[in-house]
Amino acid sequence: MQAAHTGTREHGVFAELAPVIAQYRGVRGSLITILQKAQDIYGYISEDTINYIASGTGITPAKIYGVATFYTQFRLKPIGKYLVMLCKGTACHVNSSDEIRAAINSYLHIDDGETSEDGLFTLNTVSCLGCCSLAPVMMIQTPEGEDTYGSLTRERVRDILSDIAEKERGAK
Amino acid sequence: MKIIVGQGSCGIASGAAKTTAEFVKLISQRGIDVPVEKTGCIGNCYLEPIVDIRSDGGALITRYVNVQPDMASEIVERHIVGGEVVTEYAISAPDEGFLGSQERIVLRNAGIIDPESIDAYLAAGGYKAIQKALGGMTPEDVIAEVKLSGLRGRGGAGFPTWFKWNAARENASDEKYMVCNADEGDPGAFMDRSVLEGDPHSLLEGMTVGGFVIGASTGVIYVRAEYPLAIHRLEKAIGQARERGYLGKNLFGSGFDFDIYIKAGAGAFVCGEETALIASLEGERGMPRLKPPFPAQKGYWKQPTNINNVETFANIPWIIANGGAAFAAIGTETSRGTKVFALAGKIQKGGLVEIPMGLPLREIIYNIGGGIKNGKAFKAVQMGGPSGGCIPAELIDTPVDYESITKTGAIVGSGGMIVMDETTCMVDMARYFLDFTRNESCGKCNYCRVGTKRMLEILERITAGDGREGDIELLEELAVKIKDGSMCGLGQTAPNPVLTTLRYFRNEFEDHIKHKKCTAHSCKALITFSVTDACKGCGACKRNCPSDAITGSPRAKHEIDAAKCVKCGMCETVCKFGAVARD
Repeated sequence: MQAAHTGTREHGVFAELAPVIAQYRGVRGSLITILQKAQDIYGYISEDTINYIASGTGITPAKIYGVATFYTQFRLKPIGKYLVMLCKGTACHVNSSDEIRAAINSYLHIDDGETSEDGLFTLNTVSCLGCCSLAPVMMIQTPEGEDTYGSLTRERVRDILSDIAEKERGAK
Repeated sequence: MKIIVGQGSCGIASGAAKTTAEFVKLISQRGIDVPVEKTGCIGNCYLEPIVDIRSDGGALITRYVNVQPDMASEIVERHIVGGEVVTEYAISAPDEGFLGSQERIVLRNAGIIDPESIDAYLAAGGYKAIQKALGGMTPEDVIAEVKLSGLRGRGGAGFPTWFKWNAARENASDEKYMVCNADEGDPGAFMDRSVLEGDPHSLLEGMTVGGFVIGASTGVIYVRAEYPLAIHRLEKAIGQARERGYLGKNLFGSGFDFDIYIKAGAGAFVCGEETALIASLEGERGMPRLKPPFPAQKGYWKQPTNINNVETFANIPWIIANGGAAFAAIGTETSRGTKVFALAGKIQKGGLVEIPMGLPLREIIYNIGGGIKNGKAFKAVQMGGPSGGCIPAELIDTPVDYESITKTGAIVGSGGMIVMDETTCMVDMARYFLDFTRNESCGKCNYCRVGTKRMLEILERITAGDGREGDIELLEELAVKIKDGSMCGLGQTAPNPVLTTLRYFRNEFEDHIKHKKCTAHSCKALITFSVTDACKGCGACKRNCPSDAITGSPRAKHEIDAAKCVKCGMCETVCKFGAVARD
């Protein structure tokens, strides 16, 4: 399960990542695991993080960048508090996931890979969440964990997003 | 008596966690001693959340479907306390038929046992196969049994399992690896997820048997990070197996050591290819390399490695326990046993079905799947994902076995079966798959990297209404060159969705290009929306139109201004009278 991205980096100090590097230093083939843990901690892979992993493991920054950009899981930019993962698998496509995407676009004014101005939502389209019988589907990663929503309609997706936005406004 | 709630990803997405919480609350309020347990996916995804009332021994008493939290109190009061079946919530006879023609080997425990309990797996006969193998069979005996079963790899290529195992066995080395590909990258496929979430121990047992056969002491499961629940349950299962001594040193006193660990994939379709998967396991970019050497010769860390898919492994304990002949008795001459398919798309009853090989498509789509949603006409079924193809309605009597499906231009693949109706545009489907493969090409081979992009551009302009004379021929030429000029399976099969749609639906391509028409009324650039005489003038469309393209007075027929219309289809969605037409 995903951590809550609570890590902080200050003046080049990577307090939460240091033990990870220590654990995997010298363990061959661990780069992807290290990157996954770094992203769990910080929410994304920054240039500083790449350089820090490089200095800790001896792997070149170019290679780390190469691996981080090869896999869809890794993000090089920070994300919003809620990550909306909209499935674009075949079953979802056939069941009009494009319309769900349009509804999210029009409600949050963000498209794939973008984050809303208030920093609350990031939209990512993902290849397949494997809940094909409930298409169209999206998964929202929240600070508490993941929630999956199936059989979406434009109205339902708007309700789900506005409920979250409402809750956040109430919390402020 | 016990209450069992299906808690696969689909079930949870349908609200199974809330339903469970409600049952737990009610049971404790009433102070009754009835356990509330969880299980994996039973397969009828369209009926989730599913709640089974079972006897203490596990026999099914009643199955309740689509159980929302507010239905829980009635089930507790009338059934659990009162002993009376709440018939209005119970599964209907036609829905029970969904499981009727199925034969469950891979999914023998999914949806029945608690996937987080090793005792539940043991009670269902688990870990007997590995004890049988270690307790008197030689690796050669096991290979002979698997050969007799006729089991072929369930990941897509359909390669005989015994042959791969034998090759890995014959390459001598002190260090060998048994790898499970649980990356399930095909969009529209979720068979493996169901096994991982519903019966993780059967995978561990299958891998251990395989490890014993090839002489490996380490197993690695490469599982996609998009399946957090699957990873969680696998971790739990591995922990339990280690505790009981079913993984680790000197298993069952045989002197055989075997342990399994998990590597989470990071999202790359190409990693379904064996050499790319190995590169990814080693922490590299997942790019395929030339074969030979094959993984059986030089795989993970340059050691002999065998890679099988989740479903293949899940068959193994059953084959060892029941004998290869029992498995071979099911299915057809060349395609033995059963296969799990993920039925989705425009189908009434979507879900997972495990059927004997050789069952005709018609049987699966109509008898098991209940036919097409919303009374629409069946048009095609897509099999094999981005490497496969679309099988048209006229071939619906094709038996589902490796050879017959390959003849149609599609492949059995990993088991995704996406059903399409008359509103699905086949040119758009071809575009969709090319968009996918273009995105997922690792970039190593020019034809795959650039060729898929060029094909996609052509398909995009056809669906946008800008198709040109000669585009179809250009697609065909590129398709052949991409197949010839690509090193791995991704590029070699990437043009298949285009080739099969061209083979069976060439007229749709021509309609788009020559007549600027999308007969499925799906391509936005080629349709116009209009209001029909069924309009009651309620004004719902006018209020919801994002581009103010609709005019009309209350209770009078409304009009859509085609110049302003952005073709979002909102009017069609909100109209309660079906008065918006597409042309």
